[in-house]
Amino acid sequence: MSWLRRHLLLFAAVAVLLYMLIPNVVVAVFSFNDPVGRYNYTWTEFSTRAWTNPCGPQGLCDSLGLSLRIGLIASLIATVFGTMIAFALGRYRFRARSGTNLLIFMPMATPEVVMGSSLLTLFLMMGVSSGGLAITIAHIMFCVSFVVVAVKARVATLDPRLEEAAADLGANPPQTFLRITLPLAAPGILAGALLAFSLSFDDYIITNFNASPSSITFPMYVWGAAQRGAPVQVNVIGTVMFIAALAIVLVSQLLTSRRRRAAA
Amino acid sequence: MAQHGPGDLELIGLTKSFDDFTAVEPMDLTIPQGSFFALLGPSGCGKTTTLRMVAGLEQPTAGQILIGDTDITNTRPHQRNVNTVFQSYALFPHMSVMDNVQFGLRRRGDKDAKRKAQEALDLVELGHAGRKKPNQLSGGMQQRVALARALVNRPDVLLLDEPLGALDLKLRRQMQIELKRIQQEVGLTFIHVTHDQEEAMTMADSIAVMNAGRMEQLGDPAALYENPSSTFVANFLGQSNLLAAHVTGTAGDGRLTADVHGHEVLVDAGRVPAGLRDVWLGVRPEKLALGEGNGVNELKGTVSDASFSGVATQYLVRMPWGMDLTVVQQNDGSARARLGDAVTLSWDPGHEFVLDSAQDEDAGVEHVVVDG
Repeated sequence: MSWLRRHLLLFAAVAVLLYMLIPNVVVAVFSFNDPVGRYNYTWTEFSTRAWTNPCGPQGLCDSLGLSLRIGLIASLIATVFGTMIAFALGRYRFRARSGTNLLIFMPMATPEVVMGSSLLTLFLMMGVSSGGLAITIAHIMFCVSFVVVAVKARVATLDPRLEEAAADLGANPPQTFLRITLPLAAPGILAGALLAFSLSFDDYIITNFNASPSSITFPMYVWGAAQRGAPVQVNVIGTVMFIAALAIVLVSQLLTSRRRRAAA
Repeated sequence: MAQHGPGDLELIGLTKSFDDFTAVEPMDLTIPQGSFFALLGPSGCGKTTTLRMVAGLEQPTAGQILIGDTDITNTRPHQRNVNTVFQSYALFPHMSVMDNVQFGLRRRGDKDAKRKAQEALDLVELGHAGRKKPNQLSGGMQQRVALARALVNRPDVLLLDEPLGALDLKLRRQMQIELKRIQQEVGLTFIHVTHDQEEAMTMADSIAVMNAGRMEQLGDPAALYENPSSTFVANFLGQSNLLAAHVTGTAGDGRLTADVHGHEVLVDAGRVPAGLRDVWLGVRPEKLALGEGNGVNELKGTVSDASFSGVATQYLVRMPWGMDLTVVQQNDGSARARLGDAVTLSWDPGHEFVLDSAQDEDAGVEHVVVDG
């Protein structure tokens, strides 16, 4: 009885975790299904056909490649801009500071439908044609906000005296930035970059507004396919994505704990 | 040493103003090479601002900073051969202790960085801790790493910004002795900013006392203590009994007579600034003796408080005019007075100091905030 009482919290935690993971498990299990008909909703028989031929359905791997490309470019540019904005907002007092803060906050607070449609209007007026470029610009725009938030939190905890100490010890400004500021801000920048990539990768609404028939991203492909009957390969890609994300988190956790132990 | 070195540090009319106030009034100061110099004053007196200007972390509003013949006023911090031990230590948390200490040497491309850094760590008795991260060390150890990191560069001037402020009393005493030993060993110019008068007096060769952006007095610790030039210095450096007195005449033998609330006392003429009549007569608590002197400079009162601390007993003696005088009696075997005893206090003429009565008698008194 007391054993149960002591482990009740553990049971509850495991149960919640399992409940949250059920969709991922279902997706993974059904990636080995060989469905009859268009819908992959009922279990028929075990098959590795989708895994051995992930690019089978027409357009799937094209859309995946496009999403990865846009995600990488958008998150890279957003990370560079976002980091610079975060340092400016966190370190300096300037006239447009509160205005910039508001502008940074806006994309996070605006409904995606509003943002998607207004971006489309803007692009139309400026003569930027819909497609990959328009999507990338749109993604950079909203990703910057999230990068700024992530990096600013880190910048706020940086002790400016560390930079003074570096200068005092003979490091010129570029050396101080590369050896002190950047390594210390790196966790925030990395978090911002990862957040930006995943936001870009799975964005549907804003992307859909600014896409052209030749620029179908992965979320758009999945959405379209779901209405016609999603191929099993969608489950395969989903499972791979989930495992990749899990692996990144596990490896980084492992590295930090090992570094901590090595230092001790 | 002196003939090869970089030369004295010289501040000429150094001034720092911020928008609405002047942090440092024009200051002229020469700090001899190889000396241990203390900038002493209460918080907000401008001592840290002065230090930061020497380090290059703060741009002076006016004035010049020279090391030897070289004007460094307009150089950036990384161009100055001046290193700082920060109050918060400011160790780089992502680097090992060794990398922290090597940082300055590496920036200059020193091929021998590792060996020199190890020597510096050995000097502060942390030779074994090179591979650790700063946050794995205690406060005192971090402090020594910060010191090694600055020392290893053999700067022209080493600046210490309240480096012992975060340590507990016992460790602080120990580090004071260490710092002094290291300074004598390496022979660099140390400038030590502190608000702890005892720390300044035990460590420094000379002290500049600062108050509200101005330098009040400059001198060696004994001179400042025995001969403060203002009530601020008298009260900030140790304790003082300030008696309102009026110079009445000469008594021969190089002495003047003065009147203290109706009692005639003798004062060393050399200690009275020319022409001054209304003065503060200052007597340090340990210069006052419990018991009659040689018939001069005697005041009678009653003991209103006595606290025994082992080495000495500190009394408060209430004077007929209502003032409490502080008396420190060494525990040398002489009879101790008890609360309420009528006692006579005396001091030798020449053991006093004399200040203009126009000065505020409470200047520099450290107010103790009592929690309500």
